Amino acid sequence: MSYASVLIQFLNGLASASSLFLIAAGLSLIFGVTRVVNFAHGSLFMLGMYLAVALAPGVGFWLAVPLAALAVGAFGAVAESLLLRRLYRAPELLQLLATFALVLVIKDFALWAWGPEDILGPRAPGLAGAVTIAGQRFPAYDLFLIALGPAVLGTLWFLLKRTRWGMLVRAATQDRDMASALGVNQKGLFTAVFGLGALLAGLGGALQIPREPATLGVDLQVISDAFVVVVVGGLGSIPGAFLAALLIGEIKSFCIGLGFSKLTLVAEFVVMAAVLVLRPWGLLGKVRAEVRGAGALEPPLRLPSRGALLGLAALFAALALLPALHAGYTLVLLTDVLLFALFAVSLHFIMGPGGLHSFGHAAYFGLGAYGAGLLVHKASASMGAALLAGPWLAALGAAAFGWFCVRLSGVYLAMLTLAFAQITWSIAFQWDAVTGGSNGIVGIWPSPWLSGKTAYYYLTLAACAAGIALLWRVCYSPFGYALRAGRDSPLRADAIGIDVRALQWAAFTFAGFFAGLAGALYAFSKGSISPETLSIPRSVDGLVMVLLGGIQTLTGPVWGAALLTWLQDAVARGVDYWRAVIGGVILALVLAFPQGAAGFLRERFAR
Amino acid sequence: MKLPLLLAALLAAGSALGQPVKIGELNSYKVFPAFLEPYRKGMELALEEINAAGGAAGRRLELVIRDDGGTPGDAVRVAEELISREKVDVLMGTFASHVGLAVSNLAAQRKILFVASEPLTDKLVWDNGNRYTFRLRPSTYMQTAMLVPEAAKLNKRRWAIVYPNYEYGQSATASFKKLLAAAQPGVQFVAEQAPPLGKIDAGAVVQALIDAKPDAIFSSLFAADLQKFVREGNTRGLFTGVAVFNLLAGEPEYLDPLKDETPQGWWVTGYPWQAITTSEHTKFRDAYRKRWNDYPRQGSVVGYAAVYTVATAVRRAGSADTEKLVEAMKGLEMQTPFGPIVWRALDHQSTMGAYVGQLARKGSEGSMVNWRFADGARFLPSDGEVKALRKE
Repeated sequence: MSYASVLIQFLNGLASASSLFLIAAGLSLIFGVTRVVNFAHGSLFMLGMYLAVALAPGVGFWLAVPLAALAVGAFGAVAESLLLRRLYRAPELLQLLATFALVLVIKDFALWAWGPEDILGPRAPGLAGAVTIAGQRFPAYDLFLIALGPAVLGTLWFLLKRTRWGMLVRAATQDRDMASALGVNQKGLFTAVFGLGALLAGLGGALQIPREPATLGVDLQVISDAFVVVVVGGLGSIPGAFLAALLIGEIKSFCIGLGFSKLTLVAEFVVMAAVLVLRPWGLLGKVRAEVRGAGALEPPLRLPSRGALLGLAALFAALALLPALHAGYTLVLLTDVLLFALFAVSLHFIMGPGGLHSFGHAAYFGLGAYGAGLLVHKASASMGAALLAGPWLAALGAAAFGWFCVRLSGVYLAMLTLAFAQITWSIAFQWDAVTGGSNGIVGIWPSPWLSGKTAYYYLTLAACAAGIALLWRVCYSPFGYALRAGRDSPLRADAIGIDVRALQWAAFTFAGFFAGLAGALYAFSKGSISPETLSIPRSVDGLVMVLLGGIQTLTGPVWGAALLTWLQDAVARGVDYWRAVIGGVILALVLAFPQGAAGFLRERFAR
Repeated sequence: MKLPLLLAALLAAGSALGQPVKIGELNSYKVFPAFLEPYRKGMELALEEINAAGGAAGRRLELVIRDDGGTPGDAVRVAEELISREKVDVLMGTFASHVGLAVSNLAAQRKILFVASEPLTDKLVWDNGNRYTFRLRPSTYMQTAMLVPEAAKLNKRRWAIVYPNYEYGQSATASFKKLLAAAQPGVQFVAEQAPPLGKIDAGAVVQALIDAKPDAIFSSLFAADLQKFVREGNTRGLFTGVAVFNLLAGEPEYLDPLKDETPQGWWVTGYPWQAITTSEHTKFRDAYRKRWNDYPRQGSVVGYAAVYTVATAVRRAGSADTEKLVEAMKGLEMQTPFGPIVWRALDHQSTMGAYVGQLARKGSEGSMVNWRFADGARFLPSDGEVKALRKE
């Protein structure tokens, strides 16, 4: 690289950093105050893009940008007051489920409103061309963006540090219960903060239209970047987000400039993993007060009643008898339900009793699948051997990643699991010689005597029922009690001699093994595997299953898995806008049963 | 709910056709809507035409359309549903390569004909080819090979390459380097950029390419990546004095959004729907515009030809029995809006071609000029090479 190109790549990095910062700042603000992990932030960004593209021909680009940002801000405030406000007292992470539903609804809304084709917006009038810097042409608009990032940072700094409203926001960020106890109106504050965060997302989106087209896929692309920046910077820290955006923008820019463009697939996740391992609260983050209140308290697990056990036994018997009555597609669907149930129960094992929120559980599902697939493909192992050995690769991965993860807590832990999952994904995606790259491995079928639908269904039923039963049983073992003690009060658990970290590490590995078993079963049921088994959507599906069923119940994840898999199958077949319908159903369930479906039933019948 | 069923029954009885031939079509309608909505319209047009003309082998055709969710796992489940619940006679569709491969693999396991309409991966009919899978569109290799003669003619020495980092981009790049090096010994490849699919950091990529001082660029970017790349390249002056070759960029799905950014003079593969005046194309275009009040895209042609493929195969086989259909597909000759094609018995690839031409801009609309039709049959490797790949 010549000096000139080093300079230009540096400026490119700054421009990307500004764009990243605009998205991340809003997310960080929202999380800091409301503790909502706003999955829909990328969708708000996308709305901003589409609105600006739609408005620009009429009112001109420079007016379209603020109008789009304001509209998205207003939408955010309305969504907060109609939806999220009802959920602040629900178990942690339930808001995440609600925002995930919003993602689905907004995506289909955009498709309905603006059609399927990408829309490339106009160039910014006045800044359409390039300026010559060091003999190279550099877009004038990018210079504007470079200046805008610090300007927004300054404005936010002023707002937060020099105004009364900002003081209240900072108080709520530090300890929202204390702020509330001192008479700060939380309702108004939360709505305003959410609206401001949404406005920033909308602004970020609207400002991108001279650089990239409005497309329907942009929401999910942006959200993972935004999460990374927020977490690397330190949750709730706006200057931290700025610093992180700079770091990631420059790293990516120079990866490309130096000819390592393939690294950009995963660069930000490597940065995030490194930062979290070295600085568990991000670059500029601080340790926060724990959230107190109804949502944070979890009732202790009671031994299941005789009736409940009999019910489960009857369910198992019914499932075992089903093939006699009905063969065909139902068995294929139930095979999926069963192995996703095992996946969800294994995730719940660390999330519920373990208290370790994982956003990257698909890593272990996928490692199990790849383990089994590679054994069949590369080592010509038999199906039985592959099924038994595959999950050990998952357990190995979980042990390695878990060692780092259990040193963190809360959302930082969740994001580190996500980073490891993405790193694993990118290895599977790029290591053509071994994993088959983006196409994956094709031709992993069960042995002939198990390849019939009924036979494979029985195998899955037996393996999943055994796995689920074991995971449940362990919750009531001394190990399970100790694990729950560590979750509810790490200090007291430590004081009575429980090594909380070691326990959590063991639980993480144990859960990883069963996720891997589900993955291995999945590989043989589909005949092929691809990197998608390791990807973020698979992890999110797991989360949705656990949360839908109710994180504070033991059987909830099973019902959640059944419900989501069935919904995806039934709705996608019959309805054009099936994503919006699923989103709507999830929203309705979340509002009606904030404790999850199983949690609701338990509350009803416990009285 | 009852009324349409009743009507359908009456229609079936009225036309005295027997059991319909069921086509189970699965595709990622929600993930790639820009391509697949026109595709769906093309399919429905073909279906209406065929049934109005009395169906195939005395039977009506019926489409059962499913969204495959865009992932191999879901696609396999949906395909299983089509096979065992809907009892379809043929599987059709898929877009992304990995989904196509997974469904093809299932088709071989369950022994059902799979007409892969869109996936471009070479592996589908070569490395992973099987008895039950046939592919309609010209593959990545074929489309790359169509651009190579023009590229070699220019005799440029320093080439830079940019491609989306997944199998399609990787194999396009590998094929291009191999074919061009053979056609033009001494050619140099001076830079390679592989941004993640859908997430190109266009400014940095364009600057890195400028630094490499190439005489020519080969790109397999498409959709949003292509649009970002073009706008940054235009602003930063990457394309002045540099010849650019870009797979797929002439397809209306990817060309039309470029509008006044359309780069002039690029060599592309695509579909100049306004300008093709062969009788088979004019007939198709007129019918499509009449039916949908919209112009056809590349996807429309693929969907239309895919349904006609099944109808023609059923006619030739005289039944919808899988094994008979597979035999009928081998060497099947048929007409498409792009002219006649043959389904090769050797590797189950159709010889459908593509249009090769240059991009031009008139006002704020892009179009293809200087185009010619590249017959797919002329851009395939030798039979020996194909046999070696298919391990037969």
